[in-house]
Amino acid sequence: MNAPISIEMVMLLAGILFILGIAGVIIRKNIIFMLLSVEIMLNAAGLAFVAAGSRWAQPDGQVMFIFILTMAAAEVSVGLALILRIYHQHKSLDIDKLKEMKG
Amino acid sequence: MDYLLWLIPAFPLVGFIVLALLGKHLSRFWIAIIGAGSVSLSAILTFVIGFSFLSSTPTGGHYSQTLWTWLEVAAFNPKITLYLDALSLVFVFVITFIGALIHIYSVAFMAADKDYARFFACMNLFVFSMLLLVLADNLLLLYLGWEGVGLCSYLLIGFWYENPTNGYAARKAFIITRLGDTAMAIGLFVIFYQFGTLVIPDILALAPSTWHEGATIATVAALLLLAGGIGKSAQLPLQTWLPDAMAGPSPVSALIHAATMVTAGVYLIARMHVIFQLSPIVQMIVAGIGAATLLIAGFSALTQYDIKRVLAYSTISQIGYMFLALGLGAWTAAIFHFMIHAFFKALLFLAAGAVIEALNHEHNMFKMGGLKNKLPVIFWTFLIGSASLAALPIISAGFYSKDQILWYAWASEHGSPILWLIALLGAFITAAYTTRMMVLTFWGDAKTSVGHYPGKLMTIPLIVLAFFSLFAGFIELPHNFGQFTLFSNLLHQVLPETVLKAGIHGELLFQLLALLVTFGGIYLAYIFWYKQPQRIEKLKRSAPLMSLYRFWFSGWGFDQVYQVLFVKPIVFIANINKNDVVDKLYQGITTATVHLYRLLSFTQSGSLRWYIIGLVIGAILILSIQLML
Repeated sequence: MNAPISIEMVMLLAGILFILGIAGVIIRKNIIFMLLSVEIMLNAAGLAFVAAGSRWAQPDGQVMFIFILTMAAAEVSVGLALILRIYHQHKSLDIDKLKEMKG
Repeated sequence: MDYLLWLIPAFPLVGFIVLALLGKHLSRFWIAIIGAGSVSLSAILTFVIGFSFLSSTPTGGHYSQTLWTWLEVAAFNPKITLYLDALSLVFVFVITFIGALIHIYSVAFMAADKDYARFFACMNLFVFSMLLLVLADNLLLLYLGWEGVGLCSYLLIGFWYENPTNGYAARKAFIITRLGDTAMAIGLFVIFYQFGTLVIPDILALAPSTWHEGATIATVAALLLLAGGIGKSAQLPLQTWLPDAMAGPSPVSALIHAATMVTAGVYLIARMHVIFQLSPIVQMIVAGIGAATLLIAGFSALTQYDIKRVLAYSTISQIGYMFLALGLGAWTAAIFHFMIHAFFKALLFLAAGAVIEALNHEHNMFKMGGLKNKLPVIFWTFLIGSASLAALPIISAGFYSKDQILWYAWASEHGSPILWLIALLGAFITAAYTTRMMVLTFWGDAKTSVGHYPGKLMTIPLIVLAFFSLFAGFIELPHNFGQFTLFSNLLHQVLPETVLKAGIHGELLFQLLALLVTFGGIYLAYIFWYKQPQRIEKLKRSAPLMSLYRFWFSGWGFDQVYQVLFVKPIVFIANINKNDVVDKLYQGITTATVHLYRLLSFTQSGSLRWYIIGLVIGAILILSIQLML
């Protein structure tokens, strides 16, 4: 019953998750959702690392995943703080309205 | 005494540094003390050193002091070495002594000027450079002093820079002398290439054994040095800057443009006399230039109305006499005339400055007149200076120096009747324009009232200079007046004796002729400008005479010719290249960058979405390129 899942399948899943993430970042208007999408992308990458680590029986994959996890936590805290400031200043989280830094 | 030598130029240098750095914070009193005091200290030190030099001639006939090595490149290692022999002693004496008197005079003359400190700083720097020029033992150090005096001349001609014409005169002087200086620099290269050294005594010792008489290379070297001398000494054809240089204050004209700097050319030729002796052609050219210049400048002086321009042309003319003497091989006569000329011309300039100031800056002689009784001290000292300039026989120093040159023009082995006749005609004109200047300024009716009277600080230097203009001639008497030749005995340590033609007699006859000519000139001017001025009015009605007058007045049209030949073409070319053709390339690079940046700045839309799309596309591109390769 515990037939091993082939690496290709996991990689495919990671790829789909990553593309979903990118699509989310590009399509979403709300910054919070964009941040969520970035998290999905990060986890997709983490999944790929873990799968690869298991495939070659190396601990590196899991080390990298813990690293990504830590980084994601830091990133989210900074990102949320920024989002709070943006909302405070502009009363909006619509990315299409936040276009001041141009040309 | 060797070890004290460095102090002579050091005093004015310290004066310059102090005045240049602290001049704004010092009171006028201290500026005057430092400015005039530094040069006076140099003068006193020169007396001490000169006395010790004369009382016991040092071994080798010179003091020298090496301070440090300037730079060292393989065999080229010029040193900062001061070298004082009989020739430099005469020059150092004139520079410091007359310089000190002029500085003292300036204390009063410039008293009302707002740039008091700048004036004395420049004057001190000038004295320092000039001392470096005459004390240098190698040509490179001499050249440093040579450029230094040129710079100070520029700074002081344009001293009153608020008037643009003064700035123009300063630039003119600087650029024209630069022509000569460039030629001289090339001359230094030639000499270094030939001898491998620039040390003057070494060159003078090596030259006769390396070059034979009349060698082309000797002629080239002598010509290049001569060009430098011509530029500095305002001789034909580079003389046009000196009359305009009168834009500077009168003490500047006295110190730089009469007594010292303009005679640097005479010094250079006398110093390098061995090279000139090796090239008889160049010696002839020197004599020719001197003769032509003294005539041309003399005629111009006869027509000027600005008192300082008369003196300027007369300076050119008198330096022409010195060049004539140098060309004739009458080395000591040239240096003697230099010294006497420094005395009386400095006196004349200072006295003219006093007159101009007394008449509220009136330069026009035709608006002066009648000052004989109003400014007695100025009158008497000016009279003595004029007597010396006109070479009034027996009583004036100018007679003794000029008579020598006249005599050598006939009797020297390079002399000829033509040169003698020109020199004699020059003496006639000199007497005429001097008398004209005297008569117009001091006799006749007063046309301008005297604004204020010169003080003691101004009159005392005049009296001292007048004393020397009268009596300095007695240290060198003509041969037939008894064999009293103190001056040439001293100089013959350095300069060779004049070679006379065989079997020439009758020096007395020539002296009588010179005397007659001098009195003739005085009488002529007396008739025309004092006794019967209606005669000059009659002459003015003649058209050819008037155009001749205008021709002489403009300095024989040299300025106009140079304007057409050099100034206009250069201005034309400069106008074409106004926008700097070469610069276009670099401007093009800048414009392209600016445009590219404008283009790229559109991509910075501020929309985060686009940035992400850009990132993704970039990543895909890089990945697919990697996959394909």
